[in-house]
Amino acid sequence: MRRDFSLITRWVWEGSRVLDLGCGDGTLLKTLAARKHCRIQGVEMDAGEHVAAIRKGVPVVQLDIDADLDMFGENTYDVVLLSRTLQAVKYPDKVLTAMLKIAPIAIVSMPNFGYWKNRLRLLSGRAPISKDLPFQWYESPNVHFGSLKDLETLFESLNLEIDRYVPLAPSGQASWWPKIWRNWAAGAALYELHAR
Amino acid sequence: MPQTSSLGEVTSHDVQVFSPEDPLTLQRGGSLDEVHVRYETYGNLNAARDNAIFIAHALTGDAHSAGFHPGARKPGWWDTMIGPGKPVDTNRFFVITPNILGGCQGTTGPASVNPVTGQSYGLDFPVLDMGDFVTVHRRLMSHLGITKLLATMGGSLGGMQVLQWALSYPQDMTSAVIIAASSRLTAQNIAFSAVAREAIMRDKGFADGHYVEQGTTASTGMSIARMMAHITYLSEDAFAEKFGREPQSSGLSHGFGADFAVESYLRHQAETFLDRFDALSYIYLSRVMDYFDPFADPDSCTLIGQHPMHVLLASFSSDWRFSPAHSQRILGHLVRAGVPTTYKEVASDMGHDSFLMAIPDYLDTVAAFLERRAS
Repeated sequence: MRRDFSLITRWVWEGSRVLDLGCGDGTLLKTLAARKHCRIQGVEMDAGEHVAAIRKGVPVVQLDIDADLDMFGENTYDVVLLSRTLQAVKYPDKVLTAMLKIAPIAIVSMPNFGYWKNRLRLLSGRAPISKDLPFQWYESPNVHFGSLKDLETLFESLNLEIDRYVPLAPSGQASWWPKIWRNWAAGAALYELHAR
Repeated sequence: MPQTSSLGEVTSHDVQVFSPEDPLTLQRGGSLDEVHVRYETYGNLNAARDNAIFIAHALTGDAHSAGFHPGARKPGWWDTMIGPGKPVDTNRFFVITPNILGGCQGTTGPASVNPVTGQSYGLDFPVLDMGDFVTVHRRLMSHLGITKLLATMGGSLGGMQVLQWALSYPQDMTSAVIIAASSRLTAQNIAFSAVAREAIMRDKGFADGHYVEQGTTASTGMSIARMMAHITYLSEDAFAEKFGREPQSSGLSHGFGADFAVESYLRHQAETFLDRFDALSYIYLSRVMDYFDPFADPDSCTLIGQHPMHVLLASFSSDWRFSPAHSQRILGHLVRAGVPTTYKEVASDMGHDSFLMAIPDYLDTVAAFLERRAS
């Protein structure tokens, strides 16, 4: 299992109602149902991942995260997850706002474009490729290239408060650097947020 | 994929599920002293009696959903879905398909003989509601000694019955499969349905619903109704692909006959329809669809929200009769009620009738869903 998944599993409360946006093959949701007895629901657009999640027994709807989140109503879940997907949606700001209507808590992770290796690669004149950004520029599903600083500025402007934060090393492992280093040291980061 | 094959030869059964001592009381008033149901079953009910899948058919379907009747060349209407190794795998599941109440293929309907008068009911048959179909389905279920279904499943009107059933009696099932259905017809849907009924009821042969006694038929009206409805079952692309502007074999005469292949196809559809369907059933059943609006009741999702059942919804991208928006409306109500729901919009250019076709992505999704419910 991806290492950030075990962190998320630890953060999610026992028995809570969880909506996972971009749930992939449903691995994380299945774990949350088994270990934390959560009531789970996934959203996944990719056809192959979608049917893989069904095969795991995970309820999963094929919807567009940018367009269809209104469907879930207000406060119908306890927590909404968005794992490494925010950089690939059309309007990250609108998606974040919509998430915190659906549930009081959002758990969000995003790769860090400001990671030092990405910066070096950019200085060398090439688009960054790293463990957290593993795509060639022409085939990347990512359409926004923000750093963690950029992301936190967005949280601030949307009036979202960070309750918990863990920087992730490119291995996916949680790292415990001082917070001030995160924007160059972390390959990605995981945040728990609530609306102020 | 496992090897698939056909069920081979199958036959129908008949059972009386309501009688004068125990009549069927209908949702919109009135009652029926006798209700007979024709149904078919495939596969075997296991010892735990928990592998039954109940199939509800669409507007003009019947109890014969898969396999072949003796001597027949065409299989049942959902043979792509039901059979050994198919998504509704008859090696594993016990499959039940009845003909619907109000139908004309073995189950009591408006053209049946009213035991009180000795004549066909005609327009004296009580007005039906989606909930009445469910009542009769449940009777058949208990007749077969099943207290909980592994799944209820249907497309179009079949899916609407499943939705009503799942909302009213979620405890009857582990899961529900609702395909190309709607929870509320649009004005355009009702308009098409109205024109079909007008064509039938304005046909002199309809004789105010007494055509059985009068020995007439509403064949002109029925043909027009069927031809028009059939256009709504396919997409523009499907028509283009199947027929284009091809002339009929006799060529383009610039007359007013069936010059184009598509015209000849519609005529053929109308003819075969007259052999197998009844005018009164058409107007009664289509009317139920017009009025169906289960989510108008603010408490509609209370029960289903309390029962841990899974729902699979599927729609087809080119379906303009019940477009993906219809399925998404159902989806919204279910997820807001906390029902674990799976939804798939299948890419298909074949229109509403896609739900009857062998589209791999679609069949794989249904197979994967049912597989998990069984394990």
